[in-house]
Amino acid sequence: MTTTPTHITRPREVDTEAAKDDSQLRQKQMISGHFDKLATAKEDGRAVAYTFVPGNLTELMLALDMLPVLPEINALQSGMRKLSGNYITEAEKLGHSEDVCTYVKCDIGMMKSGNIGPTGTKLPDPNILLLSYTGCFTFMKWFELLKEEYNCPVAMLHVPYQGDGHITPEMRTYVIEQLEREVIPALEKAAGKKLDLDRLSDLLERSRKAEDDLVAVWESAQNTPSPIDGYFGGVYYIGPIFSAFRGTQDACDYYAMLRREVEQRVKEGKGPVTPDGDAPEEKYRLVVEGPPNWTNFFDFWRMFSREGATVVSSTYTRVGGLYDTGFRHDPKDPLGTLADYCLGCYTNLNLPMRTKLLASYIEKYKADGFLINSVKSCNSFSAGQLLMLRELERKTGVPGGFIESDLVDPRYFGKANIENRVQSYLQMLEARKSRASA
Amino acid sequence: MTHHEAENTTNDPASAVLERARHFVDDLTLTEVVRWKKDHPGQLAVGYMPIYVPRPMLEGIGCLPVAMFGGGDQVDIIKGDSFYQSYICHIPRSTLELALNGSLDSLDGVLFPSICDVIRNLSGMWQMLFPEKYASYVDLPQNFDPELGGKFYVNDMARILRDLTARGAWKYDADKMRAAIAAENSRRAALKELDTLRVKEPFRVRASEAYLVARAGGLLEAAAHEKLVREFVAAAKQRAPRVYDNVRVLVRGSFCEQPPLGLIKTLEAAGCDIVDDDFQLGLRYIDGDIECGPSDDPMRAIATAFLRRGQATASRYIADEEKGAALVQSVRQVEAEGVIFAAASFCDPALLDQPMLEAALDRAKIPHTSLKFAENTGQFQVIREQAGAFSDAVKLWGSAA
Repeated sequence: MTTTPTHITRPREVDTEAAKDDSQLRQKQMISGHFDKLATAKEDGRAVAYTFVPGNLTELMLALDMLPVLPEINALQSGMRKLSGNYITEAEKLGHSEDVCTYVKCDIGMMKSGNIGPTGTKLPDPNILLLSYTGCFTFMKWFELLKEEYNCPVAMLHVPYQGDGHITPEMRTYVIEQLEREVIPALEKAAGKKLDLDRLSDLLERSRKAEDDLVAVWESAQNTPSPIDGYFGGVYYIGPIFSAFRGTQDACDYYAMLRREVEQRVKEGKGPVTPDGDAPEEKYRLVVEGPPNWTNFFDFWRMFSREGATVVSSTYTRVGGLYDTGFRHDPKDPLGTLADYCLGCYTNLNLPMRTKLLASYIEKYKADGFLINSVKSCNSFSAGQLLMLRELERKTGVPGGFIESDLVDPRYFGKANIENRVQSYLQMLEARKSRASA
Repeated sequence: MTHHEAENTTNDPASAVLERARHFVDDLTLTEVVRWKKDHPGQLAVGYMPIYVPRPMLEGIGCLPVAMFGGGDQVDIIKGDSFYQSYICHIPRSTLELALNGSLDSLDGVLFPSICDVIRNLSGMWQMLFPEKYASYVDLPQNFDPELGGKFYVNDMARILRDLTARGAWKYDADKMRAAIAAENSRRAALKELDTLRVKEPFRVRASEAYLVARAGGLLEAAAHEKLVREFVAAAKQRAPRVYDNVRVLVRGSFCEQPPLGLIKTLEAAGCDIVDDDFQLGLRYIDGDIECGPSDDPMRAIATAFLRRGQATASRYIADEEKGAALVQSVRQVEAEGVIFAAASFCDPALLDQPMLEAALDRAKIPHTSLKFAENTGQFQVIREQAGAFSDAVKLWGSAA
């Protein structure tokens, strides 16, 4: 039997709609507009590229007037809309193993069910699959599977992993030369036009501006209370820059707006916006490693927000670009900067680097604890996390927590079990704080 | 009487060499490596995880390459499980167990080739757990253009050579590297002879025996392994012919975590002659010779062989070819009647690949079935029934239906 400690507030009625601020509404419009463009892409003569978030080459696609589709994002949206369970079942019926990544199975199931996007319209088939192989082996298999279905060309970019903890000149050259000799010609062929490097540079300049604003947003969490939640709220903040908008004026405007909102919250001494509105008093500051669960995203968020636990930084929000360690896209070196970007994504860092980065977040954001959400689907994230947990505790002296769920398979989200663990963990932090202040 | 029984009798001309092979396979504490290092003072032993690393590159600088296939069903996992969630495959657990209990102390370093995210991340874990040992990830190219992926691979091998030389390996010498390549080619030729005999006369060489003989090479220099393989082939040819009413099958999906020997024997006992497989694929990853003339750059030759003649397997990107075409071709070549997919539980590469390979087999009307295992699986009755039903169906109707 689970007991509810007196200091833990009891859950309120669950709202079906999360509270939204202006920047979120703006983002919603942007995404809706993108799906409208996708709906008419074929009539408008625009080529469509399916691609992945880590190591995405959005500026390159936009410079060729291509429209990106990101199957990972389709999968997570299916999870949030409670559709993923049926899609996964559909894929498993077709012979896909219960052991493998549920993003892949959700995508295959969605495709077999008509490939209807979040706005209710059918997603266009790809003209090309842009396989940027950055930090996740499953990406390669995923697009081999999609190639069987769509019978379209694949542009493969092999991005070497930072196995020894740094980027060598040979790794960088390898990526640049693949871009020059194979990826760009393949994209040009699919798009039916030549790449204009000046246009690419202009896009990269805008990426840089948006990245500056995003980093300011991340770093605002150094304030107490933190004006943002850098994980649950953070996944909204990364939406535009990790998907179809990096390099656009829309992205610049969105991140400038978000930054203003966040700075205003700092001035007002407010905590983050949560699904229930403004956060209650900040009691615990956490760093989180690992992707969130999407099928019960708001339940999961509320387990923290209703207890006054704010996530001040997270690693999942760095999978599509690690900007807060200094990287910015450089318009003066378009292909070199794309190589640096791909090589530097969080998923491309080895375990010692990931551990070091987490330790730096714990220190920088004055975290009381860190939590690992280990997802069954993602071995790229999950394999090694238990060692990271021990190393982080040893290095920082800050206690870690460990919970398990999945990305989009609802069968692996045990709400009561996870809530119990989260509550126990927060209780432990509370006791630790009490001892420290005694 | 089966050959498994025969191998234990003095009447079997292959029993002695099989016993030696079994000794190498069971040598989880690497006593042979300790012995080798005593005989080769100052030289290094370098372990590597599946599937493939360029073994001649290691032998060319005086290192003993040691294939690491985990603990199989011989190791109780105590510490290893504490590093992994329940949904991660078994081989990294038993490998860590062996490392933490000191069984791998004779290794001076470990290479972790790109095969999947679990083995890749194990490279980082190794760096954290054993900082005094050399541990490096080998990102094999997924681009097969000699001027792109080939150049990258040559550069990456040069990095490893520098690292190992700094730790005491011989300095790079092109002639020594060419000699190592020649020795590897001879070993490969011997393994090819073994495979050919198994395909032509499976009654002389059971898959479980070929498995032991091939796997013994995991901790032997190429020349020593070649000798052992040739000795076995010569002995097997002396065996009296006998007739089995078995179906000829391929096994795919066991390229990394290895099935227990009992599982292979179970498939045989269920009426399957396994005439081709991808067990311990790394020892046979390059199809044919590494071509390297006296004036050729040996490192470029190793890279070219990888690019041009690397086996189509799940960890290798299939660019323009039809997915599964290589498997169908293998079925035809060895005149197999069906395919058994035997993947380790939670093996991402094998399990993600499987639907595409099954589709290719369906198109080619080749029967297939699938099972999963862990390296320490101990119960085979269900597998025996499944494989028996499969072999019966193929024999009776020519399909698994």
